[in-house]
Amino acid sequence: MFEIKRSPWVLHYDGSSCNGCDIEVLACLTPVYDAERFGIINTGDPMQADILLITGGINSQNAPVVKQLYDQMPRPKVVCAVGVCACTGGIFKDCYNILGGADTVIPVDIYVPGCAARPQAIIDGIVKAVDLFEKRLEEHKQWVAEHENREKTDKSAAAKQPQKAQQPAGETAKAQSQNSAQRRSKNAKGRKTAKRRKK
Amino acid sequence: MKKRSIVPYGPQHPVLPEPIHLDLVIEDEKIVEAIPSVGFIHRGLENLVQKRDFNQMAYVAERVCGICSFGHGFGYCEAIEDIMDIEVPDRAKYLRTIWFELSRMHSHFLWLGLLADGFGFENLFYQCWRIREKILDVLELTTGGRVIFSVNKVGGVMKDITPEMAGAILDMLASVKKELKAIVPAFTQDYSVKSRLVGVGVLTKQQAHDLGCAGPFARASGIQTDMRKLGYAAYGDLDFDVITSNDGDSYARCVVRINEIFQSISIIEQAIEKMPDGELAAVVKGNPQGESFIRIEQPRGEAIYYVSANGSPHLDRMRVRTPTFANLAGLCETLKGADYADVGLLILTIDPCISCTER
Repeated sequence: MFEIKRSPWVLHYDGSSCNGCDIEVLACLTPVYDAERFGIINTGDPMQADILLITGGINSQNAPVVKQLYDQMPRPKVVCAVGVCACTGGIFKDCYNILGGADTVIPVDIYVPGCAARPQAIIDGIVKAVDLFEKRLEEHKQWVAEHENREKTDKSAAAKQPQKAQQPAGETAKAQSQNSAQRRSKNAKGRKTAKRRKK
Repeated sequence: MKKRSIVPYGPQHPVLPEPIHLDLVIEDEKIVEAIPSVGFIHRGLENLVQKRDFNQMAYVAERVCGICSFGHGFGYCEAIEDIMDIEVPDRAKYLRTIWFELSRMHSHFLWLGLLADGFGFENLFYQCWRIREKILDVLELTTGGRVIFSVNKVGGVMKDITPEMAGAILDMLASVKKELKAIVPAFTQDYSVKSRLVGVGVLTKQQAHDLGCAGPFARASGIQTDMRKLGYAAYGDLDFDVITSNDGDSYARCVVRINEIFQSISIIEQAIEKMPDGELAAVVKGNPQGESFIRIEQPRGEAIYYVSANGSPHLDRMRVRTPTFANLAGLCETLKGADYADVGLLILTIDPCISCTER
């Protein structure tokens, strides 16, 4: 078991499932199974979500909706397909209106099997998603750091100031960490206000 | 003239567990008109009759909806049995009745919880879902599944309820009855809860009749409609009344559903007491030929199953008319003149099951 450092927010969307997996996802959040002990919380807002739990297959009408939800989520993000319909199309695979599993329109990281998926399996999927989210966050931080570094060198090259480009590495890292710290606190503020608004 | 604007509602919305899209025409904060658009969960399930044989379709029919799954499997099997003139053993009829009522109970608890969540009473939501888990435990003990049971087959049922299991069911019913009695005052007497429910979204008896509403939604408006009174399965031998209310508001819908849980408890107790011994399923030979039309009472109201068979293993056509489809017209009527803030709650009061509606 890994250490939980953050509390990722979960967004649940019903693709074209029969409801069985949806009520099991909801049952996971209730006191008996209590998935919230892993720090997650169910949100209705894709803009603040980190993990997308998707149930049911994809059809031509909900494909743009699912795509839009995925695009609205901030990076890094993890997608968890719950139930066999979201994995492959399941029992409805041969139906004329089913294009396939959730991975036909968005990249899926974790597949939870079952028809309907049992709460234990869903909790396992959520825990794996939380773990993956931690890793993704580290990767994302590195990516942001590299990106900012490149931007800086580009800028300084354009201004033709070779002294600044040869800045010691330690200082740059310091500046970056400050930057990211600021960004984090900003994010935290945004979340807090959102939470207050919800309540 | 006041300024009108259109607010899109859904398909992804915090209040809605399932996707439905409503275009709300609003004037200030009042709803003038609600235009629903559906199709986000349409799978084309009825068309599978051409690819699966009539025995396999019993499993597909169950997956019309995960909440009322037992009823859908049951309705489909009844329709095929009607075509083939199969006499279902008495014990199977009683077993079906018991499982049907257990699934009605878990559906109503689910609805009570979602309603509590809808008006922002999270503690009550958790309480309802905690009690609901006890029913699911018993369903898992007797059928092996929590939401999809797969115990119905053409001709009868696949599993039996042993005396120990019956004892477990009775114990569960006693404890659920006690716990439900403890939380009922929170729904019916709490001042804040009443302010969100009483007089909100009124649907008169005439309107409910004209729009063809079904189930607890119509019963709360004073219409005496309950397909269980047709006497299918073992309902003909059991004693129960149709629960109605004359107020037609959200509070009445809540009270009707709470009373139906108590009614289900009494029906299950009677069924366990009267259950005869015997076979679980009749032998099925040959393929169905002809057509049949079956009406049953789902947790959400009257559901209709039409099956047309041609003598081959594959059916010609299966058609399901689900209660939420009938109630959507009533929903749009109740939304007219409602406050924008009540929209989420009003959608919940019809107990929408979009998976059923779109199949």
